[in-house]
Amino acid sequence: MEKAIRRYWPVFVLPTMAAFLIGFIIPFGYGVFLSFCKFTTVTDWKWRGLENYRQILFVNGQLDTDFLHSLWYTALFTVVTVIIINVVAFTIAMLLTKGIRGTNLFRTAFFMPNLIGGIVLSYIWLMIFNSVLEKYDMTIVTTKWSAFWGLVIVVSWQQIGYMMIIYVAGIQNIPGELIEAAKIDGASGWQLLRRVTIPLLMPTITVCTFLSLTNGFKLFDQNMALTGGNPGRSSQLLALNIYDTMYGKTGWEGVGQAKAVIFFILVAAISLIQNKLTTSKEVQQ
Amino acid sequence: MADIKKKARPKKGGNEVSAARKAKHGGILTAIFTVISLLWLSPIFIVLLNSFKRKAYIFRNPFGISTVSISKGWERWTEGVKKTFVGLLNYKNGVQLTQFWKSFGYSLLITVGSVLLIVICCSMCAWYITRVKNAATKTIYVLCLFSMIVPFQMVMFTLSKLADIMHLSNPFGIMIVYLGFGAGLAVFMFTGFVKGISLEIEEAAMIDGCTPIQTYFRVVLPIMKPTIITVGILDAMWIWNDYLLPYLVLDINRYKTIPIAIQSLKGSYGQIDWGAMMAVLVLAIVPIIIFYLICQKYIIEGVMAGAVKG
Repeated sequence: MEKAIRRYWPVFVLPTMAAFLIGFIIPFGYGVFLSFCKFTTVTDWKWRGLENYRQILFVNGQLDTDFLHSLWYTALFTVVTVIIINVVAFTIAMLLTKGIRGTNLFRTAFFMPNLIGGIVLSYIWLMIFNSVLEKYDMTIVTTKWSAFWGLVIVVSWQQIGYMMIIYVAGIQNIPGELIEAAKIDGASGWQLLRRVTIPLLMPTITVCTFLSLTNGFKLFDQNMALTGGNPGRSSQLLALNIYDTMYGKTGWEGVGQAKAVIFFILVAAISLIQNKLTTSKEVQQ
Repeated sequence: MADIKKKARPKKGGNEVSAARKAKHGGILTAIFTVISLLWLSPIFIVLLNSFKRKAYIFRNPFGISTVSISKGWERWTEGVKKTFVGLLNYKNGVQLTQFWKSFGYSLLITVGSVLLIVICCSMCAWYITRVKNAATKTIYVLCLFSMIVPFQMVMFTLSKLADIMHLSNPFGIMIVYLGFGAGLAVFMFTGFVKGISLEIEEAAMIDGCTPIQTYFRVVLPIMKPTIITVGILDAMWIWNDYLLPYLVLDINRYKTIPIAIQSLKGSYGQIDWGAMMAVLVLAIVPIIIFYLICQKYIIEGVMAGAVKG
């Protein structure tokens, strides 16, 4: 059969691969190459080696903290959202698998914000934040911390429902007998959670943690629409910082591309760690 | 959803007292969750409410419905209500300012077209690379896996310039871009499914004289339906809400998708016509809610299946 199929590759593989070449392979390869060049369009490049990478941190011999600031701002943002999203989503999932009346309706409600895209979501909250803060003569971008917590609220609101659905699926996969057995052995509610439910849910917890981790790291739309990086550039997450460098300052395209390469390496590292963790967990079971 | 609910329900013990206690407990939880759910969705209700208000009162009085408190008497209160609301004026302005229906059309065209293209091309590709084993198909699979961990920022500059050079900056061209950038995840998910299909049915079809193309469309494609729905929903959610890719790839003076139209309501100095904004937000949310309520079962299943891929 394999032989018969083989010569049909122009039908089966070619369309996808042609698009894949245009949509991914060439832009990726050329992007890596351009990170070592000075350019303003894709054709006027001039090789400059590692200069772009140096310029991420040092401009004219001076330390430029822009990128470092958005790196730790992103790290902090990611840690905070990962904790909030997972703790709340897990709690709601636990309560919504107890078979209380209206469970389906509640799940529907909690999941709803996830379908609304980042831009729409941000303007909904921008209106609410600013109308409340107006009474205190503030806006969401008065300080970088108001911007920070604004973003945390928006992103949590969006993702809690999504993670809840995944946790619900995980909880429902726990065999009922195990819970029953633990109860008969006299386990208290807390012990049950700590010693039975959570250990059995580890694969789900890993998936959700890493999903929210990469989501936080790659966040762009909400950041741009809600705060725009203001005040100054102090609420810029990494993705927006890269965008701003690439399109906001003429002559800095190469530096922006170099930042994108660093960004890619960070995101790839997170994904690889996750992959390692999930596969090792599977072996254990 | 119904069977999931049944599964979730803990087994009832024979003890009637504990069952009664559980029911009472459940009643309180239901009440609490009703309140939390309403609060959870309240931002959407607030936007809906404000979309009918006069621009000036959106910020002055975002949660109220009258300019004066009800304690000042009924007549003055109703007068205040009349002053606050403007009917459909915001909708008229919003639709005009953003050319909303045009954007809606482009969003719909791009989403439906791209999803169809991704689902058909990638499932074909996945079937081929699973059935034909050689160095080339192996490389394709690895490249697809690799593309899944690359953030968009890495390729955005070169991709948008390439799309421009190749004249892909229109609603049909961007479908090819979406096929290319979305291929990784789709091929990965389809491959996972094809690996589980037994060869016998396909072999039987081929022995009966089907060409590989006939075999694929008559035998394999129908079997793949559940994964097609999953991939379709995940990609539809992504493409419908996507902002940066269409913003960079499309000729945005001519083609604005809904997210781009909304973002463009923010003027160059950051000032926003909040009346129009509220109305456009409502118009953007309503189709999503309708879609969600119709396809809820598939969406939830799609999310669960999508999460497993990690």
